[in-house]
Amino acid sequence: MSPCFLPVQNKQVKETINKQVEPSIINSMKILVCISVVPDTTTKIKLTEGNASIDIAGIQWVINPWDELSLTRALELKDDASNGINSVTVIHVGTTVSEPVIRKALAIGADDAIRVDAEPVDAYFTAAQIAEVVKKENFDIILCGIESSDFNGSTVGGMIAEFLEIPSVSAVSDIRFVEGKPALVREIDGGRENITVSVPFAAIVQKGIAKEPKIAAMRGIMMARTKPIKLYQPSAVEPLTEVVMYEKPAPKAACKFVDADAPRQLITLLQNEAKII
Amino acid sequence: MSILVFTENWEGKFKKLSYELVSWAAAVAKMNGSTVTALSIGNVDDAELKSLGGYGADKIINIKNDALLTLDNNAYANAIASTAVDTDAKIVVLSNNNTGKAIAPHLSVRLKAGLGADVSKLPVSLNPFTVYKRAYSGNAFAHLTIKSDIKIVTLARNSFDIVSTSNNAVVENKTVDIDGSQVRTVVNSVEKQSGKLLLTDADIVVSGGRGMKSPDNWAPLVELADLIGGATACSRPVSDEGWRPHSEHTGQTGKIIAPNLYIAVGISGATQHIAGISASKYIVAINSDKDAPIFETAQYGIVGDAAKVLPKLVEAVREVKR
Repeated sequence: MSPCFLPVQNKQVKETINKQVEPSIINSMKILVCISVVPDTTTKIKLTEGNASIDIAGIQWVINPWDELSLTRALELKDDASNGINSVTVIHVGTTVSEPVIRKALAIGADDAIRVDAEPVDAYFTAAQIAEVVKKENFDIILCGIESSDFNGSTVGGMIAEFLEIPSVSAVSDIRFVEGKPALVREIDGGRENITVSVPFAAIVQKGIAKEPKIAAMRGIMMARTKPIKLYQPSAVEPLTEVVMYEKPAPKAACKFVDADAPRQLITLLQNEAKII
Repeated sequence: MSILVFTENWEGKFKKLSYELVSWAAAVAKMNGSTVTALSIGNVDDAELKSLGGYGADKIINIKNDALLTLDNNAYANAIASTAVDTDAKIVVLSNNNTGKAIAPHLSVRLKAGLGADVSKLPVSLNPFTVYKRAYSGNAFAHLTIKSDIKIVTLARNSFDIVSTSNNAVVENKTVDIDGSQVRTVVNSVEKQSGKLLLTDADIVVSGGRGMKSPDNWAPLVELADLIGGATACSRPVSDEGWRPHSEHTGQTGKIIAPNLYIAVGISGATQHIAGISASKYIVAINSDKDAPIFETAQYGIVGDAAKVLPKLVEAVREVKR
């Protein structure tokens, strides 16, 4: 890729004044969407020699599907002027490898992007990095996907909230504004709850938050080339966990087929062999 | 030293996952010589609380507080963190369900405790404390070492067998002071099903895909589920088409489930669907295409048209039941 695609500010952004945002300044809210970069969901995962890590050769990197949906919802909220959303920023903790994916988020419609230049070694480390940036840039709403399709943690969003001492709401399937106040739907076992929450807050979003991920249009792709990606150097944070090795799932025995005209045989297998019914 | 288990209830009765959590904690306690404390928050009666002893809890701490009737992540994390400190807990276990996923990250930061999420099986080792967890949506498993003094684990549903024992557990009521400023989420209204089997709690799930061809063909599928005590589910195209409610969608972006038996009818088995069901103990596939990828994941298969196979299967189950 040509360097002119990446107008990255290769120096640490100066600290801005840490001003307290009053929830009443409802007309200038800033949304931060946390983006995790993951292998395309159809990737066949292979391990490296010694199973120490995932073999990244040939992997197509994409925005984590839930993060893509949360970005879509953030942009929908901004599109409705009555919601008073001023800007939608995406943030990612990762190396230069992720830049094309961040650029894609900008092409989809984010106003600007922040990258913390570090390997996201564990959830605690990653959340701490994002929280440090939020302390400087004061976002009102922080959106995270309910899990990343790589580490399946569902952890970064709640950790950011705790670092910032703001509320979080998890399993959120809808966010809207009713009379200027955020109204959220939270999925619970066997149902859903309608919730209001004070601003600033973090929402960990899941299915339902947006219908389909927004696709980048040609105009968006052109505009994304000149949108800024701010670069932050990482803060010193000690990770609390470490992946020491990976395993592939145990190979499975071949499927036993039962004749379509004799389904009774299936019942027998489930009763006598699997012993589950 | 103790292991603290957050046990969740559904309308006053412990969820099955709570017994799994206590069983897991009891097995770990046996390995490292510690005790098991269960923490219950909500309106659960004494007999029900004591039932946790039957799965290995030594002590049950019961918190009943009107401010905790609905889930506020910060307030719950406060209650659990303070209990963890009181009981000198070195391991805190929650379920990897929506509630556990909501609270565990807060606890992790508050206790500066590393978090292993979506863990199955017993720890690979105790020192260092290494757990076995799902990664890459079930396409790999990671051995994750938690290096902090206190460790937090969220246990995948249906990943650990419930073990009955005969501990005579003591119940201790604990009061927590919660001032209004702690609770910052307000639940205004709830829409909740009742009396129906929860999809995420079900041992048996019968699920339909596009191969069902029309929403009008669901009757035998529902009948089969009823006969074998299962819940019904569906694939994404089916809920997108509005044939079945979204709450039934299982798959990577829908519900991730782990029943003992998953019967996939007319579901081809796209990677995204498999990601939501791969933790099932047994998978049965019924599909007209013998090359459908679902058969690579299934233990038992029938090649045939759903509309023809289902009624025969229902009849076979009825016969067996007679």
